[in-house]
Amino acid sequence: MKEKINGISKAAIAAFPHTIPIAFAWFFLGLSYGLLMSTKGFSVWYTALMATVIFAGSLEFVTVNLLLGVFNPILAFLIALMVNARFLFYGLAMLTKYNGTGKKKWYLVFGLTDETFAVNSSAQIPDGMSRGWFYFFVTFFSHCYWVLSSVLGSLIGPHLPFSTRGIDFVLTAMFVTIFLDEWLKHKRYSSAVVGVLVSLICLIIFGKDSFLIPTMLGMLVIFTMMYWHKKRHNSLPTTEVPCETTDIHSSQEDSQ
Amino acid sequence: MTMTLIQSLIVIAAAALGTMVTRFLPFLAFPESKPIPPFIIYLGKVLPLAVMGMLVVYSLRATPVTSGSHGIPELIALISLVLVHLKWRNMLVSMATGTVLYMVLIQTIFA
Repeated sequence: MKEKINGISKAAIAAFPHTIPIAFAWFFLGLSYGLLMSTKGFSVWYTALMATVIFAGSLEFVTVNLLLGVFNPILAFLIALMVNARFLFYGLAMLTKYNGTGKKKWYLVFGLTDETFAVNSSAQIPDGMSRGWFYFFVTFFSHCYWVLSSVLGSLIGPHLPFSTRGIDFVLTAMFVTIFLDEWLKHKRYSSAVVGVLVSLICLIIFGKDSFLIPTMLGMLVIFTMMYWHKKRHNSLPTTEVPCETTDIHSSQEDSQ
Repeated sequence: MTMTLIQSLIVIAAAALGTMVTRFLPFLAFPESKPIPPFIIYLGKVLPLAVMGMLVVYSLRATPVTSGSHGIPELIALISLVLVHLKWRNMLVSMATGTVLYMVLIQTIFA
């Protein structure tokens, strides 16, 4: 029992530094969400409830407006599906990582956000440490930051004494750093290039408010083609294959 | 507020439920008790980095490239971040460099 508690606190201590950028980013994001809620006349309880059960920043900003409009829960449900469709992808990417973590798995899945996904998918967990507890604490700390900062924003928002202009850039900085770090470590160049190129092309074609869903469909199509291509070459080893593509695939396999 | 308490709670529940569907669906579709199809395993390997690339683009989607600051503060901050990361490979230091530099730039030179 004592050993177990020891292991759990070790995982908490290891997880904490990974959540520092999330704490910074969400502190200010949560403040502005709480502030928005309070200026629209919602009590702190609404703010806390939404932060706890929805736990998806952009959707909560949208839900504020839904609450001020006509009563339409089906619309709220559909908007939630569309705004958060990217979580489907995070789930697919985290299937094997979150499997085998016991009951905690359902909390990890509940707490999948852009940021917890980014941290948990890339974190290198020390040998002998419980994967499940590490992921749990990354998720739990982040959840706390979000709820607490929202509540704080709802209570003191208008009296903030300093300029925070540009602080939200910490999220961009975090995604770029993790992207770069993963790129350097795993050398899985083809999937990195697919992700960036498809996103950029869709951003140009569909605009900033609706490019995520086309991007995900585009990536699915390309990865399906790459998978077939790889499978065909693997099952026919004697066939001559263009050397560029085999290089990419073999380097991918080495790193996996 | 035009809605009653019960109505607002239902709207919040609906939004939460929609979000839950997007999070839980992959895990319900591919439960631990059954082997995961090879194609899905393949996706699990290639998607993280691709999605991270998507998040980079997503978080920069509102950058004014053709107007205002032309995205110069973003560019300077990110180039510095990359250089610092290549040199020291410390995630927190790299992120802090990029963020602080960006905040200083848009509050001073590009204000």
